[in-house]
Amino acid sequence: MAEVLTHAEHDDHDHKPHGWRRWVYATNHKDIGTMYLIFACTMFFIGGGAAMLIRLELFQPGLQFFDPQFFNSLTTMHALIMIFGAVMPGWTGLANWMIPMQVGAPDMALPRLNNLSFWILPFAFTLLIGSFFVPGGAPAGGWTMYPPLILQTGAAFPMLIFSIHLMGASSILGAINVIVTIMNMRAPGITLLRMPLFVWTWLITAYLLIAVMPVLAGAVTMLLTDHFFGTTFFTAAGGGDPVMFQHIFWFFGHPEVYILILPAFGIVSEVIPTFSRKPLFGYEAMVYATASIAFLSFIVWAHHMFTVGMPLAAQLFFMLSTMLIAVPTGVKVFNWTTTMWKGSLSFEPPMLFALAFLFLFTIGGFSGLMLAIVPADYQYQDTYFVVAHFHYVLVPGAIFGMMAGVYYWLPKWTGNMYDLKLAKWHFWLSTIFVNVLFFPQHFLGLAGMPRRIPDYAVQFTDWNMVSSIGGFGFGLSQLLFPYIIWKCVRGGERVGNRAWEGAHGLEWELPSPPPYHSWTTPPSDAVIARGAEH
Amino acid sequence: MVREKLASSVLILAAAAGSLPARAESGWGELNMTQGVTDISRKIYDLHMIIFWVCVAIGVVVFGAMIWSLFSYRKSRGAVADVTLVHNTKVEMVWTVVPVIILIAMAVPAARTLVEIEDTTKSELTIKVTGFQWGWQYDYLDDGVAYFSHLDRKSNAARELLSGIDPNTVEHYLLNVDQPFVVPADTKVRLLVTGADVIHSWWVPAFGVKKDAIPGFVNEAWFKVDPDKTGLYRGQCAELCGRDHGFMPIVVDVRSKSEFATWLKAKAAEQKQAAAPGGTPEAPAPAPPATASTAP
Repeated sequence: MAEVLTHAEHDDHDHKPHGWRRWVYATNHKDIGTMYLIFACTMFFIGGGAAMLIRLELFQPGLQFFDPQFFNSLTTMHALIMIFGAVMPGWTGLANWMIPMQVGAPDMALPRLNNLSFWILPFAFTLLIGSFFVPGGAPAGGWTMYPPLILQTGAAFPMLIFSIHLMGASSILGAINVIVTIMNMRAPGITLLRMPLFVWTWLITAYLLIAVMPVLAGAVTMLLTDHFFGTTFFTAAGGGDPVMFQHIFWFFGHPEVYILILPAFGIVSEVIPTFSRKPLFGYEAMVYATASIAFLSFIVWAHHMFTVGMPLAAQLFFMLSTMLIAVPTGVKVFNWTTTMWKGSLSFEPPMLFALAFLFLFTIGGFSGLMLAIVPADYQYQDTYFVVAHFHYVLVPGAIFGMMAGVYYWLPKWTGNMYDLKLAKWHFWLSTIFVNVLFFPQHFLGLAGMPRRIPDYAVQFTDWNMVSSIGGFGFGLSQLLFPYIIWKCVRGGERVGNRAWEGAHGLEWELPSPPPYHSWTTPPSDAVIARGAEH
Repeated sequence: MVREKLASSVLILAAAAGSLPARAESGWGELNMTQGVTDISRKIYDLHMIIFWVCVAIGVVVFGAMIWSLFSYRKSRGAVADVTLVHNTKVEMVWTVVPVIILIAMAVPAARTLVEIEDTTKSELTIKVTGFQWGWQYDYLDDGVAYFSHLDRKSNAARELLSGIDPNTVEHYLLNVDQPFVVPADTKVRLLVTGADVIHSWWVPAFGVKKDAIPGFVNEAWFKVDPDKTGLYRGQCAELCGRDHGFMPIVVDVRSKSEFATWLKAKAAEQKQAAAPGGTPEAPAPAPPATASTAP
């Protein structure tokens, strides 16, 4: 017997608080998801602002705007804000919104923990961004915080460490919530191998988070004690080793970059089938590939450190393991492509962003494979070639994946279709400018330009200029995104349950917008069959 | 309409970029890694080009399939989805195994070159390189020669915030030093690289050498410049090391063996004189350039 859920039911159970209490005391997964997404969008523009200033200084050789120390703060804070303030909370926001609906649950398993997980973040980032205003300025030792350099940070140092602890706690608690929800609150009939890929990728991401965020916490705590309490974990004079920090940091850091991308894989795995009107090719292979990537991500970390003076055997091991991780990643790219093959494609904004992801993330993957070749890496390491690689996988990778998700699910959240024409403008401007911004950075790195420098030799002028123009264009184009969302929230053409013709999944069985508690009774077998992945 | 708007915007940007003064050495041509002047740098370049072309080949296949799909399987063209195409174990195995084979094929030459790079035995000259905030020190351990190398004065003046000096008027802007690092060609030179304060990294692209300079630890690296490739080679610090990370370049002055020997002798004498003005009778004669191989 199919349950028909209407707006009337939602109003009958409307016990939620109003005004500021609704948000400060929120326990509803949709409200918390919304807060995460607004927070992430805000941080995206702050981190993006730092990037605009970076590209402004790098527009021409010579120093025109900033002291080199402040420039180093800009690069450091740009990365910290984007990684911990924009991408990770953005994924958590989408997890909060979508996971309960996609597994047939009324809410997340631990609603009050959910509230805490979110509200930690504004405090953490006030602390971090506030560090710009203390003596010595914001941290300038890179987001990677290598000692001994990071220990030269001024008053901002404890602010940096404590904000990282707070962000880490938020992520760990959020991850626990995700795992408990997925493992315990799936409606009867939703077996693990019937879950949407977005839920699978978040499940695996959550395990990665729990495994590695504590490692980062340990690393930065050792920095703290080295700085204030006389320990010498990372000082050779005291029997310690600066390189040990790098090992510990990157043991966190490499799984971290998979944390940043896996949910995008999940979204793309739903968007492409919808707009190809064809099921995802090789569902199980995609699950196993994602799990393989997660497992392998723990044994590749030292590829970030090939020049530190590692023994030959270690360099060989990490070269091979890093090359190996290309295999399951390649499988995923092939499967997405085959999903499109012999499909019936249409090109609405979510599909446009998913296709750009597919193309451009693959380019980022190619430069990653090149970086794995150790002797070649000696020429790439710490140059703009690396910067190009990770921005390709993070911007047209993670960020476009997130935008694909927002454009896909926004009609579900609001009940309104957004301005498709404007969204397509956003897409084309973003895609063109992101390539103008980052592609030349491959050339700069190969030609010998190091990273994290505010000024450069004159032979690097031309491509830096192009890159900066791309940066300004890309940055300005992003203003369209919050505008489109705000306009959609205010109103638009009403949509039914299934906002997109080819969409499958339990969320499309609910009304748009969904009732306050999503699934108050579990979906029936018939509904599950309609919504099931395969 | 959209296309025209886009085209005219691109043209305006291109005009803006093109209106800037042209330089003798056009930055537009700065596209690829250098082949360098050592056997190792050439091997590295070759590995780089091989993996690049492998990626291009894979890209042509994969992007080709994507682009084909974008045109041939459009709903607007009447394409109907083949919903039975949902899995195929055989093809999954093929596109798992074939990449592994390609990777193994890449890993073999890469590993061979890596083994060669890590072999610092049978070197003919050992020099200690120390990175500090913000410059390099070169110490010819067996010869009593040691000196510092900083960003040269002209670059240093021009790089000040709002200096008013056009970097294009400064020779080798940001890639020039007061005292270059002098080494002989056709000699296996071993470097002992360390840091004085924070982590730096010594990198000369033309040699294919990059090694982190870590305080409290000594890293080894080596290079052997081709006999006919004397001259100046430039590099930069390759690990964020503070405010002036971008302003501590490396310049290597590669001389013939005989010229180097002459230079070293003169430099040693000069430094001894500076250390003990007037000279003392007991002062030992400067040691000849080290030729004995140093134990690994």
